Amino acid sequence: MNEFGEPVLGRRPRKGRSTRYQPLVMLLVCLGAVLFQVYVPLFSQYFAYLELPLLVTVYFALTKRNPIAGLFIGCAVGLLQDSLAAHPIGLFGMVKTLIGYFAASVSMRFDVDNPILRAILAFFFFTFHQAFLWLLTSALLGQAAILDLPQMFLLAGLNAAVALPLFAVLDKMKERA
Amino acid sequence: MEVFFSRYRNVTVLLLVLFAQLLLLAWQVRGKQEVRLIRVWAVTAITPIAQVIETVRSQSAGFVQDYLMLMHAKDENRQLREEIGKLKLENQFLRSELQMADRVRALAAFQARTPSKTLAARIIATGTGANSKLAYIDRGATSGVMRGMAVITPDGIVGRVLAVFPFSSQVLLITDPTFAAGVISQKGRIQGTLKGQGHATCIVDYIPNEEKVEVGEWFYTSGTDRVFPKGLPAGVVKAVRPGRTFQEILVSPSGFQNGLEEVLVVLEGVHQQIPDATQQPQSGMYILPPPPAETHPSPAVSTEVPRLATDADRLKERYRAIGEAQGHRFGSGPPPDFLRNPAAAPPRPQTSPAPEPGSAGKPLSPQPTPNP
Repeated sequence: MNEFGEPVLGRRPRKGRSTRYQPLVMLLVCLGAVLFQVYVPLFSQYFAYLELPLLVTVYFALTKRNPIAGLFIGCAVGLLQDSLAAHPIGLFGMVKTLIGYFAASVSMRFDVDNPILRAILAFFFFTFHQAFLWLLTSALLGQAAILDLPQMFLLAGLNAAVALPLFAVLDKMKERA
Repeated sequence: MEVFFSRYRNVTVLLLVLFAQLLLLAWQVRGKQEVRLIRVWAVTAITPIAQVIETVRSQSAGFVQDYLMLMHAKDENRQLREEIGKLKLENQFLRSELQMADRVRALAAFQARTPSKTLAARIIATGTGANSKLAYIDRGATSGVMRGMAVITPDGIVGRVLAVFPFSSQVLLITDPTFAAGVISQKGRIQGTLKGQGHATCIVDYIPNEEKVEVGEWFYTSGTDRVFPKGLPAGVVKAVRPGRTFQEILVSPSGFQNGLEEVLVVLEGVHQQIPDATQQPQSGMYILPPPPAETHPSPAVSTEVPRLATDADRLKERYRAIGEAQGHRFGSGPPPDFLRNPAAAPPRPQTSPAPEPGSAGKPLSPQPTPNP
């Protein structure tokens, strides 16, 4: 059966299909994602709309199928992003911690190898990321942040479109347990 | 309790991590302090990689750029050579157009200056034949050109119309061996016949060996051939050799010295005077007119140029004054008494008082007029 022939919603947790990565590969991929976000927009501002650290967090959380591992991955990537940002450390950390946790939790119930589901999850988590970030910025820091919903959904679609080939490339690096 | 943690382990860890980060955030916001250590680690981890990537990118971009430039250098070189060739041709064309404009302007100026009625024409072809010197002009019978008319340029004579066609004419150049025209030398006014030789120089024939013709002397048309009006430059003498009866005088035609592209056909010729030897025709160089005679600023001083340069001149002037004082006319009657002093002779009425000798050096001062 092909990938669309399998049921999208599994009946029980699919812990047996977790994927292992070499720690170095994971580290380099996370660093590369953050590096992409701080370096590539130097050449074109349009690349700033891509949230590669978020997509990498989602991917690793989905493939790990372990909420604790997912939240720590999200926490690490978020704190790394915070370190290179101007705002206080913790904003991206908290948002990506939640996203890592939720993504890993979702992967235990859904067949996350399905590209459509991956795109939907990427779209959803990007929207959640932006909305929660806006909430934290407004509530905790007391800053007047603007949440442009049409732009947010547009960028969510863009990141979802980028997530598909990115996840496919990252799939090539994994080794099955 | 232990069961609770084992059952809600994931949520517990999540809350702990979130709480820790929340505390960290609150600590930073409340105390306005910075977690420098984490930032240092992050920047230290990121910036070296960024530096390496940027170095590799710039180097590889430069290499690729150089490679692409080398790839296109050959084509670009060829294109530039073609462009240079086109520009050279264009430059040459514009130069020739400029020269033609200058020639046409000179031709128009000469046409307006000369008293003869002329018609501007352009050389459009040359005649065939080894020795024959023929040319075709773009004016013919429809323009009023007739057989036998003179063809000239501002620099000198060129030839005469040999045959006329409706829209063109055939011109026999003065370098043709069958061409002949009457000429006259500028200094000695010696008449001769200008003949072509089939090459660049002409000869002036029928000038006896006794006549003096110098190298560099100009020959002008004499008008005796009834073709060329008198006074047009024919050429300058390049060499003079004595012959058996007549001298062999080689003349360089002046009409061809600036090329032969535009000419004038003399429709109605008017004879002119041959200029003086001091005037160099068509020298191509502007020469100032002679300076005016020096005039003394003082009105009391005679402005006459002293002509008594030698003792003989002064003696002749003295004898002439003595003769005039005694009413003597030269060539008739007895000679005057040259021993008498002309100053002692009775004064003759004069229109203006002559200055006293030696008064030229005195300062000017108003003389009182004697009362009657």
